Amino acid sequence: MLKIKNLHASVDDKVILKGINLEVNAGEVHAIMGPNGSGKSTLAAVIAGKEEFHITEGSVELEGEDLEDSAPEDRAHKGIFMSFQYPVEIPGVSVTNFMKTAINETRKAHGLEDMPANEMLKLIREKSELLEIDRKFLSRSLNEGFSGGEKKRNEIFQMAMLEPKLAILDETDSGLDIDALRIVANGVNKLKSKKNAVILITHYQRLLEYIVPDFVHVLHDGKIVKSGGKELAFELEEKGYDWLKNEAVL
Amino acid sequence: MDLKEKLISSFMAFENDVDLDHPVHDIRSMAIKNFEMKGFPSKKEEAWKYTSLNSLQKIDFTIFPKEANALEYRDVKKYFLHEIDTYKIVFIDGIYSSYLSETTHDGVDICLMSSALTKPMYKAIIDVYFNKIASQDESLTTLNTAFSREGAYIYIPKNKMPKKPIEILHFATGNEATLLLQPRNLIIAEENAELQVIERHQSLTSNEVLTNSVTEIFAAKNAIVDYYKVQNNVGTASLIDNTYIDQKDKSVVKVHTFSFGGNLTRNNLNFYQNGEHIESTLKGVTILGEKQHVDHCTLVHHKQPNCESHQDYKGIYGENATGVFNGKIIVDKIAQKTDAFQQNNNILISDKATINSKPQLEIFADDVKCSHGCTIGQLDENALFYLRSRGIPKKEAQALLMYAFANNVLESVRIPELKTRINKLIANKLGVNLGFNL
Repeated sequence: MLKIKNLHASVDDKVILKGINLEVNAGEVHAIMGPNGSGKSTLAAVIAGKEEFHITEGSVELEGEDLEDSAPEDRAHKGIFMSFQYPVEIPGVSVTNFMKTAINETRKAHGLEDMPANEMLKLIREKSELLEIDRKFLSRSLNEGFSGGEKKRNEIFQMAMLEPKLAILDETDSGLDIDALRIVANGVNKLKSKKNAVILITHYQRLLEYIVPDFVHVLHDGKIVKSGGKELAFELEEKGYDWLKNEAVL
Repeated sequence: MDLKEKLISSFMAFENDVDLDHPVHDIRSMAIKNFEMKGFPSKKEEAWKYTSLNSLQKIDFTIFPKEANALEYRDVKKYFLHEIDTYKIVFIDGIYSSYLSETTHDGVDICLMSSALTKPMYKAIIDVYFNKIASQDESLTTLNTAFSREGAYIYIPKNKMPKKPIEILHFATGNEATLLLQPRNLIIAEENAELQVIERHQSLTSNEVLTNSVTEIFAAKNAIVDYYKVQNNVGTASLIDNTYIDQKDKSVVKVHTFSFGGNLTRNNLNFYQNGEHIESTLKGVTILGEKQHVDHCTLVHHKQPNCESHQDYKGIYGENATGVFNGKIIVDKIAQKTDAFQQNNNILISDKATINSKPQLEIFADDVKCSHGCTIGQLDENALFYLRSRGIPKKEAQALLMYAFANNVLESVRIPELKTRINKLIANKLGVNLGFNL
């Protein structure tokens, strides 16, 4: 599904990604771990199409199509979703209206009519129950005054509504208490299927107890320095990142 | 002949039509003398540094329209707040339209300035209030005073509240190639009275119109006044709005100003707090493009202790638009415990757009809370990326962010239908259809 080849990316002439190779197939869950500043969030942003990052070498392909010239909204229409580490507050626009706009714009891009109102309501009800979201929450302004946990839950709610092919969850576990983490993880697990894929970006192994990855990759200084199965995450938890840094130098 | 000369000579013609023996005419005569002495303000004056009236003075404005023009309700319905029942005072090219209006004398007076200035039954009130809070020497105000004859007259007696909001509408039909309008409004809310007013100026063609309006508002003890100004969006219309507000103890007055276009708009909004425990609110949303210009010049004069004032102006400027915010707060020495807040936030969405923002605080009391803030920026790139990453195209995402930026000014609009209407105007102005009613 997603093929990243020798990806080099920079922002403001600062090189952050220095040759990433990664292949993610439908039905797989990949975890990308690594210390702060290793390039994890940059990798997520480059896949989602943030314009300030420039690909200087290599490529990102979704289902065989090079994404380099594709705008963020086009990537969303193609089925890429990124859950933000810091979701943005939009006063005056309710969660419901925001989702209606996002879904109907995506449908428009695919040549479809707007989703009928009753269908939309049904979908919203179904997905909000999945994330244990109160109805009142949906009429509040998007992310405005939301707690950290509410923001993250709302991100996964959006993912549930948009049903992406590839979901990238950027530090979704940060700032979550254990109950919120369980709800978010449960939501992601229910949304997982043979047709979609998930990339989990995380600093800690904690989330991976709830969402079990098929592969774990360790990012350091813009490169994947080690890949393995889920047991790699436990090893990292035990030993920290330092032994890998040393290994990378070798 | 320049505009000033033309106006002064027109005053003689004007005198043929009004009662020269009425005491108001002494006020007019004094005012035209003051205007003759001062003339139009120039950019040399600090308060007019960023707004020039030079090009307007070169236009040969028609000062008295030749005849009354009629409009069909269905053609102008969309400019009324037709979703709800309202009182209406409607002027077409400056002339009262009884056909489109709905006035009342049922416990309250919602009617015409021309009646109030001529009929004996109003004389006592006119003597007390007319031209009492309006400036006696500001030149555009004196010009309006000199020609004051028509406008809205609203008198709400003690403990009364009109059954519905009041709309004051000014239409310019374009039947005159150019037109100068000078409406004069007087609004009095006695003790415990409450009212809501929506004032709208609308050109129906792109002919040149200059409106120089003066509104005096008197809010007695405990009175509540909500005043909403929806300003012209036609690029050949210019508006100079001079509003003077006198507040007594515990009164609450809120003025919202929505400026979505116009060639030149100048808002001189002046609050005088002549009592204690007063609340004054000044809010504005300005969205401009092309070569449009809006100048908000506000004054809040805290003259007594324990009062509050809140100012919140948001501006979005595109293309070659220019904006000015000049907010003056004066706190007199005796006005201790004043709480004055002023905020002006602006977004420039074009490299050629300009905003000049100038807070002016003159504080003579020592136990006060005064704060002011001003920001000028662009749309937040992270926020834009967030919306686009959800599949919302760039243009729509920008509009959504601009809407969100202006939104908190709308929260205090207390007429839901008006709020919806303003939201639609903002959406139209931003050129998007967001697929839901904002």
